[in-house]
Amino acid sequence: MGKIVAVTLVLITIASAVPILAHKWVPPDDISTHGYLIDEQMSDTMVEAGICFVAAQMILAAFIWMFSNRKPGDKIRNFPGGAMGLVIGAFVLVGLEVLALGFFGSKAWAAIYFTPPSADALPVQVQAGQFAFYFRYQGPDGKFGPIHPDKINESTQNFYGLDMDDDPASKDDIVTAEMGIPVNKEVRLLMHSKDLGHSFYVRELRIQQDFVPGLDLQMHFTATKVGRYEIVCTQLCGLGHYNMKAYLNVMSQPDYDAWIKQQASMQ
Amino acid sequence: MPSRNPNLVITIFCVLLIAAAAIISQRRVKAAPPSGGSITGSIKLEGTPPHQRPIDMSKEPACAAVHKASPVTAETVVAGADGGLKNVVIYISDGLTGSAATEVSPENPTWDQKGCQYIPHVMALNPNEQFKVINSDPTSHNIHPTPAPGGPNHEWNKSQPAGSPPITTSWQAPEVAIHVKCNIHPWMSGYMVVVKGPYGVSGDKGSFKIENVPPGSYTLTAWQESLGTQTQKITVAAGKPATANFTFKGK
Repeated sequence: MGKIVAVTLVLITIASAVPILAHKWVPPDDISTHGYLIDEQMSDTMVEAGICFVAAQMILAAFIWMFSNRKPGDKIRNFPGGAMGLVIGAFVLVGLEVLALGFFGSKAWAAIYFTPPSADALPVQVQAGQFAFYFRYQGPDGKFGPIHPDKINESTQNFYGLDMDDDPASKDDIVTAEMGIPVNKEVRLLMHSKDLGHSFYVRELRIQQDFVPGLDLQMHFTATKVGRYEIVCTQLCGLGHYNMKAYLNVMSQPDYDAWIKQQASMQ
Repeated sequence: MPSRNPNLVITIFCVLLIAAAAIISQRRVKAAPPSGGSITGSIKLEGTPPHQRPIDMSKEPACAAVHKASPVTAETVVAGADGGLKNVVIYISDGLTGSAATEVSPENPTWDQKGCQYIPHVMALNPNEQFKVINSDPTSHNIHPTPAPGGPNHEWNKSQPAGSPPITTSWQAPEVAIHVKCNIHPWMSGYMVVVKGPYGVSGDKGSFKIENVPPGSYTLTAWQESLGTQTQKITVAAGKPATANFTFKGK
């Protein structure tokens, strides 16, 4: 009986590993300048976790095989050093693994979070709220007007709470429901939430960043491929969470210029 | 076939005759002018209407496709070229007595969600008048009326996926006005105005008609969602249409 369990375990392990080794489920094309670092990190993690998984299952199967014929009265052998040694050994091994992953991943992390965006990056503000994203561009004056939460009025399409009458900086701000950006141009994304926790996730950009209520967060990225991609909320935020999305439209510079002009005329 | 039983034929004939008479008299009751008069008039907007921002529905591709040819705008002030102001509710705010004040309109209107917009944008109702909420879109909506907190009307929030049955409900008490929003589509906005007695809502050209008004002297109120309310006194005589015009000022 024990031998059957051991063989089954080996078979399950191989069956689980084959589709992954065959690269059946690959991530969508990367369209960002930093994405390859994330992809490398993901594949390093996958390889490491995969080796650990296969090794652990094989060792388990081997032990089951070896001790399947144990008779009552046989001596039980202990791990050298007893349970304490086992726990310390596991602790050090897993700790080293996590540290190594963190060390190799720090490059990708630092490229996104510890490197400031270039001075000519295009600032785009994104506001998340149940259950939609809205984006804001500075307009010709290069300034975002102040936000007045008490002036937020969805029935007049004033999603940001701008005071068009009294704030000169708000007058030329452009608020859109779709995020348009030029290709190969760095974007500085300024994120805030209107209500609660949300997330900004674009698979192709390899970016996933939570919105934290009360915090102004920043990201920066450069998209390298023209196309229309989905921005989705990946932080459960309520009843309409499943439908909280917007589109990222990566355009050539002339297309972007025309788009932003058209958006400005719709304000 | 010769009639074997003339009594039976006569009885059937009589029954039919009575039934026909009953149906006709019933019709007459409905068609007959009510004991009261009516109020007609028009609502005008003076000055330039505030800018209405176009609505970008790209988040909901099904709705964006509906409006591709003619983009829709916000509807806080909808005025025609000649200044006729749409979506104004006109009702009797003072002077109603007896059954006129408590009668519930049998109209049972429908509040449709179509192309990610509320149709109508403004709906008037009596307390306890049933209305039906339907979803004509291929996407889910979330109807969220927000009456004043702590009042007799209670806030509710219901999801209505595509193809689901209508929601039939009513409001208990008068309230001007209950804002309705959709939690899934932030641009969706509409108002339910719950008033006692007969009411009217101005149409495309700004004209309205209130029927079944018993003779008497009243205060008439016109409500517009962003321009506020206006009142005027009016006297209605039996069987004679009274006229009341309102003018709102644009900002």
